[in-house]
Amino acid sequence: MAQISLMVNGKSTSAEVEGRTLLVDFLRGGLGLTGTHVGCDTSQCGACLVHVDGAVVKACSMFAFEADGADVRTIEGMAGADGALSTIQQAFRDHHGLQCGFCTPGMVMAAAALLKDTPKPTEAEIRHYLEGNICRCTGYHNIIKAILAASGQDVSALAAE
Amino acid sequence: MYEFEIATPTNIADAVAALAEEDAQALAGGQTLIPSLKARLAMPSRLVSLTRIPEMKGVCRADDGRLCIGGGTTHATVAAEAAEAFAGLAALAGQIGDAAVRNRGTLGGSLANNDPSACYPPAVLATGATILTDRREIAAEDYFQGMFTTALEEGEIIAEVRFPVPEASADVKFAQPASRFALVGVFAARFADGAARVAVTGASEGGVYRWREAEEALSETWSPDAIAGLSAPAEGMIDDAHGSPAYRAHLVGVITRRAVAAA
Repeated sequence: MAQISLMVNGKSTSAEVEGRTLLVDFLRGGLGLTGTHVGCDTSQCGACLVHVDGAVVKACSMFAFEADGADVRTIEGMAGADGALSTIQQAFRDHHGLQCGFCTPGMVMAAAALLKDTPKPTEAEIRHYLEGNICRCTGYHNIIKAILAASGQDVSALAAE
Repeated sequence: MYEFEIATPTNIADAVAALAEEDAQALAGGQTLIPSLKARLAMPSRLVSLTRIPEMKGVCRADDGRLCIGGGTTHATVAAEAAEAFAGLAALAGQIGDAAVRNRGTLGGSLANNDPSACYPPAVLATGATILTDRREIAAEDYFQGMFTTALEEGEIIAEVRFPVPEASADVKFAQPASRFALVGVFAARFADGAARVAVTGASEGGVYRWREAEEALSETWSPDAIAGLSAPAEGMIDDAHGSPAYRAHLVGVITRRAVAAA
């Protein structure tokens, strides 16, 4: 067992975890933050993306003990305190960037990480960045559109599909 | 996942001591090991995390001009911090896996695992880099010993890798469409003295290797045309659902030419 202390969405938390407890299981089972999804068992789908010290990581491919002392942000930390959607979340809604919504938390966390480093990405840069995020519904097109819109760029040139 | 103990050393000496226990296993970025543990493909008694060891992290330039990268340095950090000194290596690091993998996966982890399709091994072999461990220095030529096999001893840790910096270089891979791992990947490098080196990943049953025939031709003339007439032998190439040995051998030629053109 390991004693860990970390910040999650701006709140400090401490817990005792097993060595093998994955960060995603600690977030979901330990803290009840079930917005971070588990879409596969093979580290390939990207539904569980969270930010650890500002870097996007797969919460299913990191142990909870490795997050000791870290600042973690999950999808629950993306909206404002009053529940107002973040710019990225609002853009996903406005541009129909989701259908079933299962992959969306990971998509939003990936988009936030991309826009932090690259505020005005090209369509190709967005597609490259989302290589590790799988969506089975949308065909990605409206996700790309939503992220372009969230970056303040004109999306009218992007053909509807 | 099976149960295991954990250790979180903050220096290399403590990590080596923690790894002395039977069935102890080093945990670098975990981007291969953790999925393997989840699938119960490994059952270590203890995981020794290497991520809290500052002396294993960072990118710097040695006095002799070589680029030194700590074994615990993530791909994302290499992509950002090596860009100026060694653009070919930074570009390679920037296309490993996906963004989340690049934020956790490390140079040392990739080299210690030596997956036959891994991205870093051809860069290490093609530049003739030196691998510094907790106990010795290993030349790239001696380090890679076949698929998932290296010169590392039990419990030996890659502290740093020193890369001679070529004048021109590029990494090009032909991605297997489902996994995005290299079906064939080539790192081609030309050094200031005119010597050319070509290393290939993904293709051979023996893991990463140098294509010496191409090196000789490219050392005379650094141009894709210089190797247009060469074909890599299909013997010993991987044969699986994604490509036959002949197909992979053909790709080695095509991808090497592309890498030379891109360098």
